[in-house]
Amino acid sequence: MRQEWNSFQGGIWEKEINVRDFIQKNYTPYEGDEGFLAEPTEATQELWKQVLKLSEEERKKGGVLDMDTHIISTITSHGLGYLDKEKEKIVGFQTDKPFKRALQPNGGIRMAVKACEENGYHVDPEIVEFYTKYRKTHNDGVFDAYSPEMRSCRSSHIITGLPDAYGRGRIIGDYRRVALYGVDRLIEDKEEQKAGTRSNMYEDVIRTREELSEQIKALKELKQLGMIYGYDISAPAKNVQEAIQWLYFGYLAAIKEQNGAAMSLGRTSTFLDIYAERDLKEGTFTEEQIQEFVDHFIMKLRLVKFARTPEYNALFSGDPTWVTESIGGMGIDGRSMVTKMSYRYLHTLTNLGPAPEPNLTVLWSTRLPRNFKRFCARTSIASSSIQYENDDLMRVTHGDDYAIACCVSSMRVGKEMQFFGARANLAKCLLYAINGGVDEITKKQVGPKYRPITSEYLDYGEVMERYNDMSRWLSHVYVNALNIIHYMHDKYCYERIQMALHDKNVTRWFATGIAGLSVITDSLSAIKYAKVKTIRDENGIVVDFEVEGDYPKFGNDDDRVDEIAYKIVKDFMHYVGTTQTYRGGIPTTSILTITSNVVYGKNTGATPDGRKAGEPFAPGANPMHGRDSRGAVASLSSVAKLPFKEAQDGISNTFSIIPGALGKEDVVMLDSISLDDLSFSMQPDCACCEPNLTIEENE
Amino acid sequence: MEGKDCIRGQIHSIESFGTVDGPGVRFVVFFQGCPMRCLYCHNPDTWRMGAGMEKTVEELLDEYRRNRAFYRNGGITATGGEPLMQLPFLTALFQAAKKEGIHTCLDTSGIMFRRERRQEYEKLFQVLDLVLLDLKHSDEAEHKKLTGQSQKHILEFAGALEEAGIPMVVRHVIVPGITDGEEHLRRLGKMLAGFRNLKGLEVLPYHTMGVSKYKEMNLPYPLEGVESLEAEEAKRVRKIILEAYSDFLLTNLE
Repeated sequence: MRQEWNSFQGGIWEKEINVRDFIQKNYTPYEGDEGFLAEPTEATQELWKQVLKLSEEERKKGGVLDMDTHIISTITSHGLGYLDKEKEKIVGFQTDKPFKRALQPNGGIRMAVKACEENGYHVDPEIVEFYTKYRKTHNDGVFDAYSPEMRSCRSSHIITGLPDAYGRGRIIGDYRRVALYGVDRLIEDKEEQKAGTRSNMYEDVIRTREELSEQIKALKELKQLGMIYGYDISAPAKNVQEAIQWLYFGYLAAIKEQNGAAMSLGRTSTFLDIYAERDLKEGTFTEEQIQEFVDHFIMKLRLVKFARTPEYNALFSGDPTWVTESIGGMGIDGRSMVTKMSYRYLHTLTNLGPAPEPNLTVLWSTRLPRNFKRFCARTSIASSSIQYENDDLMRVTHGDDYAIACCVSSMRVGKEMQFFGARANLAKCLLYAINGGVDEITKKQVGPKYRPITSEYLDYGEVMERYNDMSRWLSHVYVNALNIIHYMHDKYCYERIQMALHDKNVTRWFATGIAGLSVITDSLSAIKYAKVKTIRDENGIVVDFEVEGDYPKFGNDDDRVDEIAYKIVKDFMHYVGTTQTYRGGIPTTSILTITSNVVYGKNTGATPDGRKAGEPFAPGANPMHGRDSRGAVASLSSVAKLPFKEAQDGISNTFSIIPGALGKEDVVMLDSISLDDLSFSMQPDCACCEPNLTIEENE
Repeated sequence: MEGKDCIRGQIHSIESFGTVDGPGVRFVVFFQGCPMRCLYCHNPDTWRMGAGMEKTVEELLDEYRRNRAFYRNGGITATGGEPLMQLPFLTALFQAAKKEGIHTCLDTSGIMFRRERRQEYEKLFQVLDLVLLDLKHSDEAEHKKLTGQSQKHILEFAGALEEAGIPMVVRHVIVPGITDGEEHLRRLGKMLAGFRNLKGLEVLPYHTMGVSKYKEMNLPYPLEGVESLEAEEAKRVRKIILEAYSDFLLTNLE
């Protein structure tokens, strides 16, 4: 066994690249409480103060503090960058200083230029010329191949958010490999893979060989990145500090190379805990030191920044990077995968204060240790910064070493990747069905010239028939546009280092998405159960609707309408599946749009559910605002009826609730307080807001 | 069994995610109709009998069963309005719920209780796991002013619950100027100490969230100008009640 692996339990992971096997053989589940956690060190507090100061300056400057306009970002493009070299235990920034955004034009030079211009910076004209005249970008490639139909779908917003001018993201490199194996071993493995490709030079073999070569080059650059900061990461990490640092270098290389829509981290905490446990046992580091490493690591992840246009940020309502880290979950052998490191990660929300990034995501199972559940609840209440996802649901498909990319896309780390595909606006598709493919806002013929509906009142059977035809057409255009996008992204903006941290044969999820689910569902329900009158403009285009009478609305646990939602999702996926996908991608869909629902709504005319033109959609799979009148359980039940099997890329339901409505007193009848305590001021151990109190008499 | 489906209850509304009316996440049934006219009532739309929708026991339980997973640590709560105005229906509902092992909780003022109907109530008590009893005031005259009713039957109801050994949590709304006087609070604490089945006390600060409902219903708002109670103030009040409670118990133990 290699000396760095001393005292680890061996296994197949020694012979092949297999991080999961390493974790399973070596991790220590933790069932205790948070009592062991350490406070932030002085260095941590000072560094964080510095970050807050820089954040404040950034805000004052309008959202961007500094941008690189001369150096094209690569893994090794920049020299050293520090907040405070003496204090930082985990090092490395995307450029030569914190808060300076890198120039990443491979996705599209226009977007890169725009991002700079709109923030008051100007890209070096030579670089612009280079990327216009001599070097093609992903964006150029896509538009060379788009059909006129795709272009008009795009500009009329029936298909929106396509990653055709920016990085697609959603790919998670297995950054843990860097720490466990060291880069040399990974290069060796990739060399072997390259030597093992088929020898007939078909197109796909050529592509694979070229990609493997790029991956090897990227790994060599990754080693160089380590050297820039004075670390030799060719060999495995020897302790937890190195493991975090190695892992972070892997991730840093990825974000230096790619400005993806979501650049998620993976599932690293339980892996790192193995090193922490060893170091604690051997006395290498104290708990306080380990927490400091974690705090500094998370601090770096909070400072991931990309150059983006204000428009892009408006679409996502913020400046999101989606550095998602998946925590906890259950192993398939029944052991919980919660470790002390899971606590340490979440504890950064206390040590550094709440923050939206990294997107700390707890893989929730009903079987998680009770102490951890309580800790999560308490931290959630204090920070409002934890995302929860259903491990019991996802483990069935992805096993116990998957992670979340972006907000809900699950994939096995290093074994599966995703072709991100934005979404189709199904509410608008319904309007196209009614208007025979004419856009209700621009009045242009965008869809095929199918027969429009000419009656004054809408008939459910007729509308459904037209809608089915129209959504079949839409899904076909949509998948084909995505085929072009991913082909070009692989060609001109390939994720070299991220794919180097994947197996040779990866499963590719071909993600599509749906926007406006509750709008179309309620619309169809209104047509079916109430009377919907069309209001037409001078050319007979339906531009508004009048709903007469009431109808069952999505979000009330009413099967009459919930079945419509189910059917829409199922049918849409069925149509998606009838079109050939690029690189054998397995089609899947998502119902997300956490914040962009506002923008989608703006681009959609009035709908038969009574929603006015331009009014926002509900986010994700949410019922429309104010239409779920029977409380949260009924609302959640409606959403839960959607077929997850068809929408494995995720169904999101944004659920806000005032703390008071979550139970002021989860202790009534449960906690016991003896009479002796009564003279003191009592605060039962209750996480939710203002606890009232429970009396239990002494016998 | 045949009778069960025939009885219909007058229901004001359902809350499928109730978290403040009894332990756990609960299926909360708001009964239509209430004889009390508490000045601070925030559900005046539940007062009038006949304004609700009709539901059978089976219909209600069916809704419950569909989402049973949510209610693992909770159960069903009857509130309103005044559920005891529909005693036979309420009893049928809880009997059926109990058969399926569902935790039952009744949120009531107790005003409907009559000693002569004790036998009928016995049937309900057999299937009742918890009562949230709203004690409105400790003083009879003040009670009448506040609710329009005497508290005689309420206290009798509490006594009956005690006898039947049904766990009880007392709820008390603190309205500035009406129920926040020290004398009243101490009297209430002493009163509570007399109940052997008491399991908890909930002090609810008065809030003005009901105002809009009065407007909608074109009713004058009786507590116009009274401001919501601060959470801090509720804490202080609770302390007074509990001190009186423990003082009384301790002196009586000695």
